[in-house]
Amino acid sequence: MSAALDRRAAVKALVAERGDLLVVSGLGSSSYDVFAAGDHPANFYLWGAMGGAVMIGLGLALAQPSRPVAVITGDGEQLMGLGSLATSAAKKPKNLSIVVLDNAHFGETGMQMSHSGLGVSLEQIASGAGFRSVSTILDHAALQAFRPKLRDLAGPHFAVVAISTDHVDRALPPRDGVFLKNRFRSHLGFSVS
Amino acid sequence: MAAAAPTDTPSTGPDWPLAIYEALKSADVRQLCYVPDAGHARLIRLTHDDPAIATTVLTTEEEGVALGAGAWLGGQRAVLLMQSSGVGNCVNMFSLLASCRFPFLTFVTMRGEWAEFNPWQVPMGKATQSAFEIMGVTVFRMERPEDAGEIAAAAATLAFDSDQPIAVLISQRMIGAKKWTENK
Repeated sequence: MSAALDRRAAVKALVAERGDLLVVSGLGSSSYDVFAAGDHPANFYLWGAMGGAVMIGLGLALAQPSRPVAVITGDGEQLMGLGSLATSAAKKPKNLSIVVLDNAHFGETGMQMSHSGLGVSLEQIASGAGFRSVSTILDHAALQAFRPKLRDLAGPHFAVVAISTDHVDRALPPRDGVFLKNRFRSHLGFSVS
Repeated sequence: MAAAAPTDTPSTGPDWPLAIYEALKSADVRQLCYVPDAGHARLIRLTHDDPAIATTVLTTEEEGVALGAGAWLGGQRAVLLMQSSGVGNCVNMFSLLASCRFPFLTFVTMRGEWAEFNPWQVPMGKATQSAFEIMGVTVFRMERPEDAGEIAAAAATLAFDSDQPIAVLISQRMIGAKKWTENK
């Protein structure tokens, strides 16, 4: 995959005019990208739990079936939780979308080439898991065409967005997990215990 | 295949999977996820038959830790069922519980501690309680079927009302010997 969208611009476009979208971001650059697009109480940024982003999104989607849920994560984070694609495809939550920002590298750890850079197709894995909605996004036109799916409640959707390996400055969301959890739950109207 | 399936309830004593199920219903648990296990088979069936509980089968146990966190973010209570051999798979994911103070409740059927015929189950069986405790999870032991409802209810209260990570280990002795071969 040699195409190269700017990751910040891509994520900003994805979450623009987000409405009631709930967002879980995978640890590392995906969390920075989602934060840089605009902090929001309905964002839950992961700073750890590598491989768990999709499962957090699935639990959230099952609990809030009328709200669209987007998991925005990276190829490395997703590769660590490939089983979660099988689990979520089997569960078929219509309100869940999984967007993998794929630069084919492990960006947080020194830009080693990832499995997707070595030929592994996350799209084919998702298709084989049972996702019927699988998209490969190589340019802004495709990104804009995909955007409505994030909120159409006709999922689950799986998309790979080809992003550039170009360096972008870090944009660091809050790291206090209790704060992020309580803020998120308060946004949904749940009391903070 | 069916003939080789192990029995999933003890031959005597109270119906402890039903007691756990009723305690979880009283605690308003709305999601249950599991890695299949014979000891949990009846509880899994009970929840599958209950439209008020969303059941999710996992490919590996740590998925359930993350699923429960997501459920809580969305306002629901979730429970994870697994076997002792799966606890080691979860260790890093347990950091989510401490970092965010998420409630967590899991019921773990024990292997490798009582009349175990498979030596490969023994190392993780011996390490199960310690693996939880090094990550800050409080461990209860369920040794007698007649205690199941009370322990499950107390564990659910501590987990969901006090935001604690709780594991209930169900002793291998209580589950009963598993038949591993046909007609034996």
